[in-house]
Amino acid sequence: MNSKEENNLKKLMTGNEAVARGAYEAGLKFASAYPGTPSTEILENMIQYKEDIFSEWAPNEKVALEAAIGASVAGARSMAAMKHVGLNVAADPLFTFAYTGVTGGCVIVSADDPGMHSSQNEQDNRNYAAAARVLMLEPSDSQESKDYMKLAFELSERFDTPVLMRMTTRVCHSKGLVTLGERVERELIPYKHNIQKYVATPANGKVLRKKLIDRLKNMEAYSNETEINKVEYNGTEIGIISAGVAYQYAREVFGDDASYLKLGMTFPMPIAKIKEFAGKVKKLYVIEEMDPYIENHLKAAGISCIGKDIIPEMDELNTDIVRKAVFGTVTETLKTEKEAIGRPPVLCAGCPHRGMYYALSKKKNLLVTGDIGCYTLGSAPPLSSLHTCFCMGGSISSGHGASTVLKRGGSDLRVAAIIGDSTFLHSGITSLMDVVYNKGNNVTIILDNRITAMTGHQENPGTGFTLMGEPTTEVDIPMLCRAIGIKDENLYIINPLHLTESGEVVDEALAKDEPTVIIAKWPCVLKKFSDQDKREFDLSPKSCVIDQDKCTKCRLCVKTGCPAINSGEIIEIDPESCTGCTVCMQVCPFDAIREV
Amino acid sequence: MSEVKNILLVGVGGQGTILASKILSEGLVKAGFDVKMSEIHGMSQRGGNVSTQIRFGEKVYSPIVGKGEADVIVAFEKMEALRWVEYLKTGGKMVINDFEISSVPIQQGKAKYPEGIIEELSSKAEVFVFKAGDIAVELGNKRTMNIVLLGALTKAMNLPGIDWEAVIRDNVKKGFEEINIKAFHAGGDQVN
Repeated sequence: MNSKEENNLKKLMTGNEAVARGAYEAGLKFASAYPGTPSTEILENMIQYKEDIFSEWAPNEKVALEAAIGASVAGARSMAAMKHVGLNVAADPLFTFAYTGVTGGCVIVSADDPGMHSSQNEQDNRNYAAAARVLMLEPSDSQESKDYMKLAFELSERFDTPVLMRMTTRVCHSKGLVTLGERVERELIPYKHNIQKYVATPANGKVLRKKLIDRLKNMEAYSNETEINKVEYNGTEIGIISAGVAYQYAREVFGDDASYLKLGMTFPMPIAKIKEFAGKVKKLYVIEEMDPYIENHLKAAGISCIGKDIIPEMDELNTDIVRKAVFGTVTETLKTEKEAIGRPPVLCAGCPHRGMYYALSKKKNLLVTGDIGCYTLGSAPPLSSLHTCFCMGGSISSGHGASTVLKRGGSDLRVAAIIGDSTFLHSGITSLMDVVYNKGNNVTIILDNRITAMTGHQENPGTGFTLMGEPTTEVDIPMLCRAIGIKDENLYIINPLHLTESGEVVDEALAKDEPTVIIAKWPCVLKKFSDQDKREFDLSPKSCVIDQDKCTKCRLCVKTGCPAINSGEIIEIDPESCTGCTVCMQVCPFDAIREV
Repeated sequence: MSEVKNILLVGVGGQGTILASKILSEGLVKAGFDVKMSEIHGMSQRGGNVSTQIRFGEKVYSPIVGKGEADVIVAFEKMEALRWVEYLKTGGKMVINDFEISSVPIQQGKAKYPEGIIEELSSKAEVFVFKAGDIAVELGNKRTMNIVLLGALTKAMNLPGIDWEAVIRDNVKKGFEEINIKAFHAGGDQVN
């Protein structure tokens, strides 16, 4: 039992809060990130340390990592944080940074999302550490998130390598007790030119490549001796090798009936320590989420084990899954005859995206390529007006490829690409250049809701504010589009909640054989409005009601997909959810809906 | 106490489950337990269901509760009670707020809100049902509904020796301490 006194010294923290705290205690000076679930709160928690740490939202993850690299070269401890798919964007600098190494310690936090709670895939980013050959740590709870973060900076400087701190959703978002420490301030390491180290030309690269191989040997020796690769010996029958939150599940399921090798450092792998452990147990299990990453390292080293032949390779694990896989036992549960109806996420009542999607839903012969954000929900019924979604920034470029081959193939199917403001600034700009430069003709619709909404309202270069809360120069999106080459007459700025205008502008743009951009500008209904928002938009509280005498129950309003509209015996609007966006009022053919 | 206890708070985005979970977990920490708490943020802001899982005991490993393992489930909404009942341990208790929140398939007329949830659940488990929202309104502040439910939960958990009033004072908005403490006790009175 923890005593009450002991607990008084501890704080209940999420893994993300603990990562920020660990970085603070380690003397971090610079942090950059692009928001993405489940990593977003790391930088949001960094703001409390703004006296000591400069924190920023970068336009994308590649920029975030490059900024952190620069801070390291200049002699500071630095970090970049991102969700798993963000590391795909930042992979280019990562692989070469692994060659050059660091000056100030540099840590890259990758927050993976097994089970895809809020992601488009569930890639296992441990593979990146092995591919780029960077040291990797994997915490399994909040205390380790803080402790490993501090260790990561030490190891980064000791081995002259960037360190990948690999988190997962459950580690990021679960709270556990954490003992806090003090910040140790670190002076900047004085800068000296070092062209051989930091200019990755082929000639220098060959030397750096050799150094990387030597570094791997040293890091592996450390991996074999470090206490974070820890053996807990409880007998010879069953041995378990595990890492991250999977260790917590395994530890709970097997209790004291198994011996454990809990890995905190998973690249390079401690092969000697694993061999020694494997030699002491009769039956060896590897319990890990997603890919057979640890298992493959064991098998390559000739160590046989039971792993993905029983443990699922997809989705997140839990104690039920581990128990069932190993022992075949299932906990008895209460069964009911009735079933709960789902609560799928939907565009909010009053969401400005609804207006544009409603307008698009009326167009025939149109392919709408989509992107990552709240507005991906435009693919859901009843609007069903978004037809593809791959990755950040991909709507415009994939739309360009589609429209080019359709046109050359003589098809009359037209293409519109839809993208949010933050996603456009993340990586849509270069895609728009592709359309203009290569003489495409697709329509780009930028849903500018004045914030990065999906991840919980972070500022971006288009909002006029920084992460640290300071006013700043904002990107002028229309001027940016003009600079790329969109002609004045092909650039439209509209309020998407005006359905007729939205529909007409889309028609006009689709009729042109030139690249066009429609900026659908209205702030997110959940946003905390800035003074500028209040000046620019009419945001006074409103509400709509249905006049039951006039309502014919034609259900056209229901087909806008607004969650404030209830359709039972009668159709009515929930006054508490309605924001008075008037989309339903505009679609009602019987004037049965009015503003109050 | 060596055994780990499992609590689930389930509801719909915006019902105040997060504050109730925070007060609960802080009380348990003050009492000297090891505590883990897990939330899935997901897309709850956009009408999804929310769940908070709290586990406490001498030493807690997994941050999430398995099926058939919850000692107490508090459902802030009726249909959520139905959704999560398979997580209830045999002999576990349920506190259910007798309150309906529709969902999009229901609003769209594609599905019907299930009838007779309370009756079915009451026939299968020890269930405490009341209208926490009405109790909160009677006390004078609708927004204390979550604390009414927290009061019922702590009573159902039967954990003596925790100064819940002090934890509530530390966590609610200034000026709203007394009404929240009243709400807490009014919730407790629903569980006997």
